[in-house]
Amino acid sequence: MSANLSASFYLLSGILFILALRGLSSPETSRRGNYFGIAGMIIAILVTFLSVGGFNLNLVYVLIFLLIGGTIGALIAFRIPMTAMPELVAGFHSLVGLAAVFVAISAFLKPEAFNLGNIGEIKIASLIEMSLGASIGAITFTGSIIAFLKLRGIMSGAPIIFAKQHYINLILGIAIIVLIFYLCRHQSDSLFWTIIGLSFLIGVLLIIPIGGADMPVVISMLNSYSGWAAAGIGFTLENTALIITGALVGSSGAILSYIMCKGMNRSFFNVILGGWGAADQNSNKSSKEQKPVKSGNADDAAFLMKNASSVIIVPGYGMAVAQAQHALREMVDTLKKNNIKVTYAIHPVAGRMPGHMNVLLAEANVPYDEVFELEEINSDFANADVAFVIGANDVTNPVAKTDPQSPIYGMPVLDVEKSKSVLFVKRSLSPGYAGIDNDLFYRDNTLMLFADAKKMVEEITKAFD
Amino acid sequence: MEIDPFIFRLSIFILSIFVGYYVVWSVTPSLHTPLMSVTNAISSVIIVGAIIAALAGSAEKIFEISNIFGFLAIILAAVNIFGGFLVTQRMLQMYKKKKKK
Repeated sequence: MSANLSASFYLLSGILFILALRGLSSPETSRRGNYFGIAGMIIAILVTFLSVGGFNLNLVYVLIFLLIGGTIGALIAFRIPMTAMPELVAGFHSLVGLAAVFVAISAFLKPEAFNLGNIGEIKIASLIEMSLGASIGAITFTGSIIAFLKLRGIMSGAPIIFAKQHYINLILGIAIIVLIFYLCRHQSDSLFWTIIGLSFLIGVLLIIPIGGADMPVVISMLNSYSGWAAAGIGFTLENTALIITGALVGSSGAILSYIMCKGMNRSFFNVILGGWGAADQNSNKSSKEQKPVKSGNADDAAFLMKNASSVIIVPGYGMAVAQAQHALREMVDTLKKNNIKVTYAIHPVAGRMPGHMNVLLAEANVPYDEVFELEEINSDFANADVAFVIGANDVTNPVAKTDPQSPIYGMPVLDVEKSKSVLFVKRSLSPGYAGIDNDLFYRDNTLMLFADAKKMVEEITKAFD
Repeated sequence: MEIDPFIFRLSIFILSIFVGYYVVWSVTPSLHTPLMSVTNAISSVIIVGAIIAALAGSAEKIFEISNIFGFLAIILAAVNIFGGFLVTQRMLQMYKKKKKK
């Protein structure tokens, strides 16, 4: 296949990838979008086979490895529970990162196969592109592994902070740039390996200071990195499909990070540099302990909701932890049978990744037109009889609107306190991730339901009958 | 003077960033998780490079170091491609509208 023809097909698969993302603008078009994506991938792979040329034994090896990977991937995709989606995505990011590193290594060791010149005489531009690709890929790899371990609970979600951490990162970053400069002049193997090694290290150091609830930002950021790594390799290979895709994925992840940061009213750097969770956790505990709290049981909750005509449900990460989404849907079915109008309100940073709550609700067969985003639904709380908060905390805290001293001041929050009564399912009175007390607990119209989310919801459903 | 082909690729890259910017802003927030899994799947088009790396050189010397890195990258990327698209498909199947009574 001629180079021009294959380049045109790569362009085509790039366009199909754009259409795949475009499809996600609504759930109806999204499935077709995914097919566009698959088609684009098949075209890219076939064209590569044809342009490398020669159907010999080696191709069989490639197909075997492709099938091994494919089978593993398919098994994971079918088996993974929806609550594990954040760690799955983090795990997948790490694979893209490592694949980028491997391709870059291969290109460095055998540049003639990629038309990049000969060993020791690789074109300078290609050398810069491949070492950037390898470096970003390596950061993506180790960073995603750490994110994966934290999300999976293998590693504590608490931020790990030590002195001068950010200076170390900065120095390592500068060191990599200097090494790339020297690599261009000397082309020595050891420089190349050092660059990759230091990048692995940065990936770890970059993610360990970030706490569990900031994971939505981290996952989005790593998503973005994996795109930039792919683009770097795309420049090396002079491959349009890879360049287009890298740019798409890079900007997609960047936008998601931005949306997540805005959802917390924090700057990107504030999240990345750690801040919050760790430092403030101890300072706010003392003051408000004496305040009275109204607590109730499932019967009280059922009674309140029986007399309601509209209920808004506010799910959060706690719902995912307790795996309460199915039980919640069953409760809502019962409410609906009693002619109560039920809607769901989702805060942008609820859960551990963008759109986490939406997927869980969809899994529990909640129709997506009953689920609303913060801006769409926030004014409805004033007309709602009951706000049912399950597993969310900081995102409902009215302090964000009233107390300029609070670390979460200015963060957009759901106005749950405006509804006639608030039911708050929670294990204990402990503060949420931000480490600050939730004013909502002590309000007259709040009834605390101290229990495991799933159990409580099941009991309420029973109490209804 | 002739234009360096690098500039063309850079143009594609930068224009794609803009395309990505506008396309991703139009993605509905409820589909942000599928967006991440599908971007993950498509970024595995890096398999193109892995295949070239794996097939480099003559048939007798197919398992040189650079080829082995290529084969490893093929496995990693294939996990992502199949896993990413299939899990996206699985998620998207779940998004249903209210049944009309």
